[in-house]
Amino acid sequence: MSSDTSRLGLYLLLAPIFLWLTVLIILPHVGLFIVSISEKVGPRDYDTGFANYAAFFTEPLYWRTFARTTIMSVLATVLTLILGFPIAYYIAKLTKGRAKTTLFLMCMIPFWVSELVRTFGWMILLRETGVFSNLLQYLGLVTGPVEMLYNDAAIMVGLVYTSILFMVVPLVTTLDSLDDSLIEAGYDLGGTNTSIMREIVIPHAMPGIVSGCIVVFMLSLGNYLTPILLGGKDSLWFTGMIYTQFITRFNWELGSAFGFLLLALSSLVVFLGLKVSGQSLSNTMGRS
Amino acid sequence: MIPSIPQPVFTRFCYRVYVAVFFIYLALPLAVVCVFAFNDSVFPSLPWEGFTLAWFFGTDAPFIGVFNERSIMRSIGTSAFVAIWVSGLSVAVGTSNAFLFARHEFRGKALLYMLMLLPLIIPGVILGISILVFSSSVANTLEDATGLWFDGLRPGLMLVILGQFSFITTFATLVISARLQKFDPSLEEAALNLGASKWGAIRQITIPFLLPAILASAVVAMLMSFENFNTTLMLVGSESPLTITMFDKLKQGSTPVLNAVSLLLMAASAILGLLSLLFQNKKS
Amino acid sequence: MIPTNPDLECRDLIKDFDTFRAVDHIRFDVPKGSFFSILGPSGCGKTTLLRMIAGFQTPSSGDLLIKGRSMIGVPPNKRPVSMVFQHLALFPTMNIGDNVGFGLRQRGVSRSEIKTRVSKVLERVGLPNVAERRVDQLSGGQKQRVAIARCMVLEPDVLLLDEPLGALDLKLREHMKVELKALQAAFDTTFVYITHDQSEALVMSDNIAVMNNGRFEQIGTPHDVYNAPETAFVAGFVGDANKITARVSSAKDGVLTLSADGESDIRVAAQNSGFHVGQLLQVYLRPEAIELLPNGAEADKASNVSHGIVDAVLFNGANSMVTVKAEGGVLWKVALPQTGGFSSLQKGDAIRTRWHPAQARCYQAAEG
Repeated sequence: MSSDTSRLGLYLLLAPIFLWLTVLIILPHVGLFIVSISEKVGPRDYDTGFANYAAFFTEPLYWRTFARTTIMSVLATVLTLILGFPIAYYIAKLTKGRAKTTLFLMCMIPFWVSELVRTFGWMILLRETGVFSNLLQYLGLVTGPVEMLYNDAAIMVGLVYTSILFMVVPLVTTLDSLDDSLIEAGYDLGGTNTSIMREIVIPHAMPGIVSGCIVVFMLSLGNYLTPILLGGKDSLWFTGMIYTQFITRFNWELGSAFGFLLLALSSLVVFLGLKVSGQSLSNTMGRS
Repeated sequence: MIPSIPQPVFTRFCYRVYVAVFFIYLALPLAVVCVFAFNDSVFPSLPWEGFTLAWFFGTDAPFIGVFNERSIMRSIGTSAFVAIWVSGLSVAVGTSNAFLFARHEFRGKALLYMLMLLPLIIPGVILGISILVFSSSVANTLEDATGLWFDGLRPGLMLVILGQFSFITTFATLVISARLQKFDPSLEEAALNLGASKWGAIRQITIPFLLPAILASAVVAMLMSFENFNTTLMLVGSESPLTITMFDKLKQGSTPVLNAVSLLLMAASAILGLLSLLFQNKKS
Repeated sequence: MIPTNPDLECRDLIKDFDTFRAVDHIRFDVPKGSFFSILGPSGCGKTTLLRMIAGFQTPSSGDLLIKGRSMIGVPPNKRPVSMVFQHLALFPTMNIGDNVGFGLRQRGVSRSEIKTRVSKVLERVGLPNVAERRVDQLSGGQKQRVAIARCMVLEPDVLLLDEPLGALDLKLREHMKVELKALQAAFDTTFVYITHDQSEALVMSDNIAVMNNGRFEQIGTPHDVYNAPETAFVAGFVGDANKITARVSSAKDGVLTLSADGESDIRVAAQNSGFHVGQLLQVYLRPEAIELLPNGAEADKASNVSHGIVDAVLFNGANSMVTVKAEGGVLWKVALPQTGGFSSLQKGDAIRTRWHPAQARCYQAAEG
């Protein structure tokens, strides 16, 4: 009797999650794959084949954009790590109490503000008529207006800005759990700043570094706004290419193939990252 | 490198400067957005032409303020409509999921948990196009079979809501699960022992305990929905939420009206963020 | 005994924090190869003192010398001292061999040399063949020995130990006391050990400093500290004691007669104490200094003898006690010898107690 009601409860609870995952996650991705292996032979007439994928590999614009997006994302990830680590270390190890909470919350601010607004802010700063350009002219460092928008550096600034929070937060969490006495012990035994960083702090922070890098890479790879707005029309970002195929060209088959390739890359990176660090998805993602 | 290890003054100074520069980098773009909302000029850029509130309340072209700009006001309404639906749906499903994972043992639980986390690692654009492709093919099939129209399955608010719901639910599940795991089941047993029914015990003991997490995740869900761009972009129809409207305006060339909207958006986020922090604090 | 330079010397060390003085005019020296303990309650400043010696805190004033060389301004990684941390601070990301070899690697010792020295020191602490293990694969006692080995491999002049036994369970702690003492003798290195556990300090040390409120109350051998406490604090903190407050009613031939409220007069020996009639004193008396008199035993005139009723028998093996309610109402803790004779003692039995005036220690008490 009691086990019957509990059984019923289980089914009642299983229904929504099944509905959600099946209808909105699994079936759409199966559908996406099916579309990606369809070739249009006539109006409303399709064949199965890998022509879309072949098109990706034979058309240099496509695979070069893909490679460029990947490389830029890797670069953004590395930059975010290098810039974010000292900040996370400062918050975790060199501040206490109220100052720590305040700095930590300040790092979270960009998260609470729409990505569009953040990017808009960078546009105001960087464009030809922008704040930086005016400032440089005012200081007499340049004679005419300088366009700092619509180049790869601008994209990079925006990507790092958008994702640094996702690097700093896991790093602060792991560095916080590093006992100060381990660092003191390192010094006591004759260690220097560099050797203690290398042998004690970084190995300890590794789980945070990996999960931060995975998230930042994924976000950069899947970003659309920042490259389009800060990089301009020719920013050549892969998500932009997907958008073009779907909305402008109305070539859903090719767009689906692109989408699947992007998904495959991002999943591969997540998988490799977790393998290398020996962590599970639940540990890494469940925290954030 | 920790306070108890002596470091050269110069090193410490440089470190502080770096941290300060970093926080300036974080604040700068947001600050300029806010400042230029009050610039008495048709471009959100220098020179500073003087302070004005026209970009909020102005009625005469070209100084039409946010509150009189119909397209923006309408899209704020659309965004709010979407956000409320998404927040309600995802909190409901999230709560159900939390109970499922905390209270029940069944075969394939670990697999289901992993599937539940999956939306976190799918790029938003892909989530958008996959739902777009799937719903369109369902709509095509249904229309071919029945000869009726299924507009709800074509790009539009319904799909936007479903698309956002599909990944925000994961966040809601995680937040509510974390709280439920801290719940001491003996409290519920005590209620049963004192004569409460199973459902009565959950309603009177467990749900009140979960309430802070439920409210916090509702607020966060609303924020995420309001801010979402990638998924929404692929699923949007004729009625566009705020971020899409702003994106279109931004591409056409920006006026300080966008700064004003952004400022309002930030203020709203800040209020919601504080609210969710308040709920989170109540938890402990 | 040949007088040598002390390994560690503190001269008028002071450490001020924002609102209080943690270490107040501390001066002491530790002879080479000895085991020196700093004993005090938590918050007395002993950890601050130890961290100043290690270099993690800077003294506000005073000097600190190791082997005659001042350590002021020398960073912790350049000091010839090593520290065993309270929770040991073994690096969880390295195996045991890498942990022990850490300091040697910092010194740029060659790989093969590190290997031999690590295995040698691990052997000396009785843990051969653990170099490949992870930290969490060792037991508490083994970790303790690894932590000591990690320091000793560097052959420091002074080894500092910050309550390293605190985290262990009772049985292991008893065992480790003996082992630590043996290790110290084997390495013949100066140990400075801080603890709040008097029994650790008494068992292991050559010398003990008892610390309270940032000051040293007494420095002496365990025997001195226990049997001849110089201050009321030491008498109360080290070992168990009966404590009564009484007023001097007469002084004659180095013997004071004291009277306490409702209690019969007691006599205490106080040679050259300078106490005068009318002064309020605190008297400390060890439980084992009080004898239970068998029925019919003769009481000698010189001792304090009183009648009382057994209030409770607290059986605890070798540390058993009885509390005796004296006629005046004072409760006395008395050690219960386990050599027989009193095994049938029960609550409510009438009994006599006796103690010699020389056994008590008197200190001036605050009036009021």
